[in-house]
Amino acid sequence: MELVLDKYATTKVEDVKVWFKAASVNDFPQDGGACVKYKDKQIAVFNFAKMDKWYACQNVCPHKMEMVLSRGMIGDDKGIPKVACPLHKKTFSLENGENLNGDMDAIATYPVKIEGENVYIGFSE
Amino acid sequence: MKQIIVVGNGMVGYKFCEKFVATQESKDFKITVFGEEPRPAYDRVHLSEFFENQDAEALEMAPSTWYEENGIELVTSERVVDISRGKKTITTVSDRVFSYDYLVLATGSAPFVPPIRGVEKKGVFVYRTIEDLEGMLAYAAKIKAENPNARAAVLGGGLLGLEAGKAVKDMGLEPHIVEFANKLMPRQLDLRSSQVLQLKLESIGLNIHLSKATNQILGDDRITGMEFGEDDVLDVDMLVISAGIRPRDELGKTCGLEMGVRGGIVVDNKMQTSDPNIYAIGEIALYNQMIYGLVAPGYDMAEVAVNQIIGNTEKLMPADIDMSTKLKLIGVDVASFGEPFMPPSKGHSIIFENKTQYLYKRINVSLDGKSLLGGVLVGDASDYSMLHQIYLNGMAIPEDPAQLILPATEGGGAFGDVMDLPDEAQICSCESVTKGQICGVIESGEAKDLGDVVSCTKAGTGCGGCKPMVKDLTDATLKSLGIEVKDTICEHFELGRQELYDIIKIKGYRTFNEVIDNHGTGCGCELCKPLVASLMASIHADTANKEYAIQDSNDRFLANIQRNGTYSVVPRVPGGEITPDKLIALGQIAKKYDLYTKVTGGVRIDLFGATLKQLPLIWKELISHGFESGHAYGKSLRTVKTCVGSTWCRYGMDESVSFGIELENRYRGIRAPHKIKGGVSGCIRECAEARGKDFGLIAVDGGWNLYVGGNGGATPRHAELLAEQIDNETVIKYLDRYLMFYMRTAKPLQRTAAWQERLEGGMDYLKEVIIDDKLGIASDLENEMETLVNKFECEWTQAVNDPEMMKRFNHFVNSEDEDDNLVFVPMREQKMPEPWN
Ligand code: SRM
Ligand SMILES: Cc1cc2nc3c(=O)[nH]c(=O)nc-3n(C[C@H](O)[C@H](O)[C@H](O)COP(=O)(O)OP(=O)(O)OC[C@H]3O[C@@H](n4cnc5c(N)ncnc54)[C@H](O)[C@@H]3O)c2cc1C
Ligand code: SF4
Ligand code: FES
Repeated sequence: MELVLDKYATTKVEDVKVWFKAASVNDFPQDGGACVKYKDKQIAVFNFAKMDKWYACQNVCPHKMEMVLSRGMIGDDKGIPKVACPLHKKTFSLENGENLNGDMDAIATYPVKIEGENVYIGFSE
Repeated sequence: MKQIIVVGNGMVGYKFCEKFVATQESKDFKITVFGEEPRPAYDRVHLSEFFENQDAEALEMAPSTWYEENGIELVTSERVVDISRGKKTITTVSDRVFSYDYLVLATGSAPFVPPIRGVEKKGVFVYRTIEDLEGMLAYAAKIKAENPNARAAVLGGGLLGLEAGKAVKDMGLEPHIVEFANKLMPRQLDLRSSQVLQLKLESIGLNIHLSKATNQILGDDRITGMEFGEDDVLDVDMLVISAGIRPRDELGKTCGLEMGVRGGIVVDNKMQTSDPNIYAIGEIALYNQMIYGLVAPGYDMAEVAVNQIIGNTEKLMPADIDMSTKLKLIGVDVASFGEPFMPPSKGHSIIFENKTQYLYKRINVSLDGKSLLGGVLVGDASDYSMLHQIYLNGMAIPEDPAQLILPATEGGGAFGDVMDLPDEAQICSCESVTKGQICGVIESGEAKDLGDVVSCTKAGTGCGGCKPMVKDLTDATLKSLGIEVKDTICEHFELGRQELYDIIKIKGYRTFNEVIDNHGTGCGCELCKPLVASLMASIHADTANKEYAIQDSNDRFLANIQRNGTYSVVPRVPGGEITPDKLIALGQIAKKYDLYTKVTGGVRIDLFGATLKQLPLIWKELISHGFESGHAYGKSLRTVKTCVGSTWCRYGMDESVSFGIELENRYRGIRAPHKIKGGVSGCIRECAEARGKDFGLIAVDGGWNLYVGGNGGATPRHAELLAEQIDNETVIKYLDRYLMFYMRTAKPLQRTAAWQERLEGGMDYLKEVIIDDKLGIASDLENEMETLVNKFECEWTQAVNDPEMMKRFNHFVNSEDEDDNLVFVPMREQKMPEPWN
């Protein structure tokens, strides 16, 4: 089981080696998320249209190791953008991955950039 | 470092440890605790909850790790068998010897088993430990398997006996209570209140036998009956003895401590026994020549012993100990406080009795009419907390003391505001928390809400009886500080649901952003987004497809997410009626997509294990066979369960299926604060369980009886009668009004049952609004409902016909692949997701 988690590690913008072109901006719902496949990884990407921001994180929820976070609802916790897992509503900061309503391990987050109509996710490998 | 040995890890022994480690001085002591039971101390007061969930851990006072973390050595399954006072050592059953500086005896008591011939037979139990309960459960299951009508008796009609009576009733056995005295709860109740209680208990199926002395237990090796007189025999298959307690004072006897004539180790007001190094607390201690069989005095004793040992010698046990009790037995309130029985020479009694409602209230006041001396309440103990406080604090009572117990009249009830209590009034007697402490933590800013108050003071964490008062005090104190106590939705909206409902309706908002930009702050969250979505749906009849990203995850994908992230598919089967062709279609579709198939508890069929991508494909096929969404994912109408009714049944009074289908089709799709379920039964045999539903109909002579506000779930509740013998048209009229009124005013995620229970004015008010149209809104409610009904559209049909909407149903945006993390394993002849570990 831990193997699944090993695939994901928070990536900072400065460590990005590959900007992966994931999909078109219009493929993502406004103020919602969708899942992107990159090699053997599943990445949840969120379009915070209201703040004109984008975030990405691992799709797997560390609580029960299911690939569901992209289907969670997004919002903010005192200004921190977050996603709530659709299974048991654990919430995670999309800025640093921290579990905001419990003491789960943090999730991995990834940088996102928009160029033209396209959404790119940054990976270090 | 000094060594303390605690013998007995029960409620009071544990409380001693908890209070001890909270002191500064505890670092100079080492505590070792011996407990005979196999597990750490648990909450015996709530022992009966074990029958509901068989979860022993949930009852633990603290997990075993707590002892370690606090430097306490806990030795379970080890009885202490000897004390050597000269050497200051104890010996355990496995012959280990330990020395002590201080010894604390907290060995509690054991059930008293009267020496009746035959008590050793199989099927005779006592009621004190988790092991006792496990034994009873196993035995009950066995005898029920042999005889579904098996009976169980409880010997003793005291507080515990009645609780045991409920337990055996819940186990599905026919319950009998056998009491020696001529009344129930002889220590707490007078004869008249006992008679009222007896009527009530009999009305719910308990058989009560008073003035019965049991001569012998009948049966070969297992119990088959109880014999009272020569020809007076009660056939029973099981017996629970609850005839009082006896202190477990063996250790005190053998080492020569001073003992009471009828047992118990004598202590003074320092909790010291006749040996100054040995303390005794809890149900083992004989104080004032009394054994106090309640936790609250035991906890006070623990507190005194802690203080004495660390050198706070001025902390003493008070001379008077309050033995007031309140309990809820099988849904009947019973309380007694102060002096429940009083000779006329000492004061006057005021008695209110109404046997038709199983109500009895008695208060005893002093001869000068100025103070309250005690009382008894049966059937309705809502006045208990206040009366008890008035009694404890010697507060002044009204000139006409009858006001204290008479049913509240309009405009009355001003007497007895919680804030009038003196600061030293003890609100939580289990944890000794005063009013001053509760208000204090709020005033100092340490606590900001009820949750904080409970965690700061521990009030309400014992028996829980004081919770309503703690809440009232918290609310009143917050209010006095100018802090508004408001049920706001979340950090993004300073509004309640009803206010938001009105705003959206009046302003006609259609998107989440319009609402939050004008009336909230931030981006929203998983609480306010689905709520706004639900309100807009209730008001405009929009389906969940409208703005799918603000829908709760299940509504977003129009399906219930399952453990592994796949979904379930539940088509509507109105009233549970289904043609063979449709059944075959369901079977074929399930087979084609390899879906786990199950009949639900809501009389329809659930297909599990569909991936996101399969959902629209499956629905397309279902729709082509005439199915539509069953809204199993929405806070909306689920099912209207029906029985077959007069169509087939020889007892049917009306066509319950036809009417059930009509109602299900009428209300399908409407979004509400929580899900709604209905039931329609063709006669009072009630095969559709209509009274367990949010709305229920039962056909009677002359029409339908309409019940509302029923619930299964964690807090089951029977629906209450709203109207009798009404025709189909009137049912629909009242239901339209009722449901719409609920949708307008309930809190988020509040089922009708909880809403109705908290509705000010109760059922009478509800009838005035729904039937007499007291608020003048009935026609509005009907019109609003009519609009919703007319606008209904199946959201799955919408979705599968719109290519834009279909885009939602894909695991990846950039690939057609399925989630490679999914693993199914075989389950009987079907499949299931791999178990979680
Ligand atoms: C499938 C089913 C169990 C089954 O295998 O039979 C079921 C399954 C779920 N129930 Fe239920 N309940 C099912 C009948 C019931 C019943 C029985 C009934 O309807 O007569 C009850 C008690 C009656 C009642 O509601 O008063 C019931 C009381 C609950 C509750 C407690 C509600 C409450 O008021 O306390 C929840 C939790 C909630 O809704 O917050 C719940 C929640 C759930 C959820 C939605 C939990 C979840 O979020 O995953 C389950 C997922 C359903 C799904 O399809 O994936 N389910 N659930 C039944 C579906 C009935 C249907 O055809 O739609
Ligand atoms: C079903 C039930 C319902 C109740 N309801 C209420 C209620 O509503 N309100 C209320 O106030 N009270 C209630 N009580 C009473 C309450 O539970 C007791 O007053 C309380 O548990 C007494 O605590 P204690 O620590 O003195 O004794 P116990 O909780 O009995 O603990 C004593 C422990 O010491 C152990 N022990 C005994 N001898 C030895 C030895 N030699 N060596 C090692 N260990 C030993 C025992 O095994 C036991 O675990 C109820 C009791 C029962 C059984
Ligand atoms: S009872 Fe619990 S486990 Fe069973 S279906 Fe309902 S919610 Fe799920
Ligand atoms: S699986 Fe995500 S919260 Fe439980």
